[in-house]
Amino acid sequence: MAFVALGGNAPAKAQTPTKTGRVALYLLLPGLFYLGLFFLTPLFSLILTSLKAPSPSGEIGRYEVAAEFGNYLYAVGQYLPQIIRSFGFALLATIIALAISYPIAYFIAVKARNKPLLKGLLLTLVIAPFFISMLLRTFAWKQIFSNDSWVVNTLKDIGIFGSDSYIIGTNFAVIFGLVYNFIPFMTLPIFSSLDRLDLRLVEAGGDLYANPFTTFRKITFPLSLPGVISGTLLTFIPISGDYVVASRDFLGGPDTAMIGNVVEANFLRIQDYPTASALSVLLMAAIVVLVSIYVRRSGTEDLL
Amino acid sequence: MATDFVARGQDLELVEVRKEFPGFVAVESLDLKIPAGEFFALLGPSGCGKTTTLRMIAGLETPTSGKVLIGGKDVTDQKPHERPVNTVFQNYALFPHMTVLENVAFGLRQRKVDDPLPKATAALEMVELNHLASRRPQQLSGGQQQRVALARALVNRPALLLLDEPLGALDLKLRRQMQLELKDIQSEVGLTFLHVTHDQEEAMDMADTVAVMNHGRIEQMGAPEKLYDRPKTAFVAKFLGQSNLFVGEVTDKSSETISINFRGNKITAPNSRIEKSSGKVAIGVRPEKTEFHESKPAASSTQNVLGPGKITDIRFTGVSNQYQIEIPEIGEITVFAQNVGRSPVVELGAEVWVSWKVEHSFGLADLPTGEEDIE
Repeated sequence: MAFVALGGNAPAKAQTPTKTGRVALYLLLPGLFYLGLFFLTPLFSLILTSLKAPSPSGEIGRYEVAAEFGNYLYAVGQYLPQIIRSFGFALLATIIALAISYPIAYFIAVKARNKPLLKGLLLTLVIAPFFISMLLRTFAWKQIFSNDSWVVNTLKDIGIFGSDSYIIGTNFAVIFGLVYNFIPFMTLPIFSSLDRLDLRLVEAGGDLYANPFTTFRKITFPLSLPGVISGTLLTFIPISGDYVVASRDFLGGPDTAMIGNVVEANFLRIQDYPTASALSVLLMAAIVVLVSIYVRRSGTEDLL
Repeated sequence: MATDFVARGQDLELVEVRKEFPGFVAVESLDLKIPAGEFFALLGPSGCGKTTTLRMIAGLETPTSGKVLIGGKDVTDQKPHERPVNTVFQNYALFPHMTVLENVAFGLRQRKVDDPLPKATAALEMVELNHLASRRPQQLSGGQQQRVALARALVNRPALLLLDEPLGALDLKLRRQMQLELKDIQSEVGLTFLHVTHDQEEAMDMADTVAVMNHGRIEQMGAPEKLYDRPKTAFVAKFLGQSNLFVGEVTDKSSETISINFRGNKITAPNSRIEKSSGKVAIGVRPEKTEFHESKPAASSTQNVLGPGKITDIRFTGVSNQYQIEIPEIGEITVFAQNVGRSPVVELGAEVWVSWKVEHSFGLADLPTGEEDIE
C-alpha cells in the first residue's frame, strides 16, 4: 500500500504520516538486517568467547562455554600497561593530528575557497595516501626510518643521534606512524565543516570589534566544532584499536605494544581466545564510555 | 531609553577613494562627505560599486587609493575591529551558535563595556524583541532577524551605522514597516546612517540625502525631492522614477528659456533648470507632469505641446493610470494621470495631444545612451 502511494500518481496529501513512517521503516530493514547479522552476531560470539573456560582435556586452544568473569580480571592484570599505552598513544596522536589537520583544512576550505583549481589539488593531496595500501605506506616509513637508512645516518652524522640510536621501535616512531595514517580522517570532516562556514559571519565578528584571533576563537572554531568532533572520533577510535603501526613487523618494538597487538598475539599465536575476547570487549566498552563523555562535554550532541 | 546609551554620530568623509579589482574598477575616485546625524542613501543598480564603497568604509576592503575619514580621523589603515563603525549586513550575519541576547552583547563584550547583558537587553527592548532574547537566530522570522541585526549594531553606539540593503529580503509590507522603524530609530538616536540600496523608493522615502551611483561614480547627490525634480543626467532621470526624454539641437535662446528642435517640434525648458545650453541637449519631463487632451491645445509660450498620437497602452496602478502614447515621428511618451475622477475618459487607440508646462521641463548635462552618436 505504501509503495503504491509512492509510485502512483496519488496526490501528496493522501499520504498520511503513518504511511510515510512505514515506508521509512521498510527502507530501514536491509540496514537493520545487515547490522543484526554482521555486528550483533560477532559481538555476541565475542562476549560468549570472553567468558569461556579452558577445556578439561587441557588441550591448547580448546575452550568450553562457561561464565568465567575472571578472564576480564586476568586480562586487565596482565595487560594494563598496554591498555594505558593504547589510550595514551591514541590521545597524543589525535591531538597532534588535530594540530596538523586544522590549519590544512582551514587553508583549503577558507583561503582556497575561491580558487577551485588549488582547492581541488589540495583535497586530492589529502586523499592521495588512500590510493596506496596503508600497509605499504607504513612499510615505506619502516624503511625510511630503518637503522642504516639515510635519515638515521644523517642524524648520526650531524651529531643529533649517538652511534647506537635508532628510530624504529620507539614511541616516537609509533606515534608518528599513527598520526601519519590518520591525518586524512581528521582533515576531511574539519574541511567539510569549514567549507560550509559563512565567511560573512567572520566579517561580522570583525565589524563587532573582535580581533582576528577572537573572531577565530568565538566564531570560526565553534562553528567548525562538529567537524572537529567527528575528526577526533574518527581518529581516536581506530587508533585505540590499531595493531599495524605498533606491531614489531612495522614501526613498533617490544615496548610499544598496544591492545590491538596483544589481542592479535593472544588470538593468533598463544591461542588464548577468552583473554583476547575479554580485551576486545574491554576496549570497546572503554571507547564507548570515553566517547560519550567527550561528546557530552563538548555539548555538541545536537550538532553531530 | 534608546538615547540613554547611544551617542551622537560622526561625519564621514571619503577622499578620492578608488577601488580596483583584477580586471575592473569597482569605484572610481569617489569624493563624499556625510555630515554627522544624517540619513544618507547610496542608491544604484547592482554592480555600481555601492556595496564596495560600504565595505571600504567598514574596513572589509582596502581602497586601492584614497582616504576614509570618520569624525575627521583617518581610518584608512585601520582594521574593521578598530573602526567605530557597525554594519547591518544584507543577510544579517547573525551568529547561529549564540542566542539572540549573546548576539547583541557580542560587540559590547569585545570592547569590555560594563554590564553588557543589561545593555543588550535594553537594545532588544528598543526593537521590541526582548521576549525572544534566549532564542537562536534561526528560530526567528526574517523581520525579527533584521531587528536583531539592527540592535546588535546600534547597541555599540557606532559613530556611523552602515546598512547594506538590510530590507532586501523582506516582503513589501514588512519592508515598509521596517523603513518607518529605521527612520524613527535614526532620528531618535541621532546616529549617522549610511544606507546602501538599489530600491529608489526606499532611498527617497528614508534618506535626507541621496547619492545616485553608476559605474563606480556618483552621478548626482542631493535631497530626494531635488534629485527627483531636477535630475542632471540621463541615468538619474531614468533610474530615479521615470522620464520622457527628448534630444535635439538648441534652436532658440532667450534670457528665460532655451528651445530645442525635436524632430520638427519645439520643446522649451527654463534656463534655471538646464545644465547645458548649446549643441545637442536632452530635455525631459516626468510622466505625472504631463497631461493629454482630446483636442489640440492652443499654442502657448508657457506650454510644450506634442501630438496628435494614439494611446497604445493603459495600465491601472491603483492611485493612477499610466498611459503610453505613440506619436508618429516622435515616439512613445508616458503620462501618469491620477484617478481622481476628473481625468479624461479615453480608450485604447484614442487620438490625443500631450502637453506640459515649460517650467516642468529639465535639461540634462549628458545625452541618453544610444543618442550620443546620432548627428
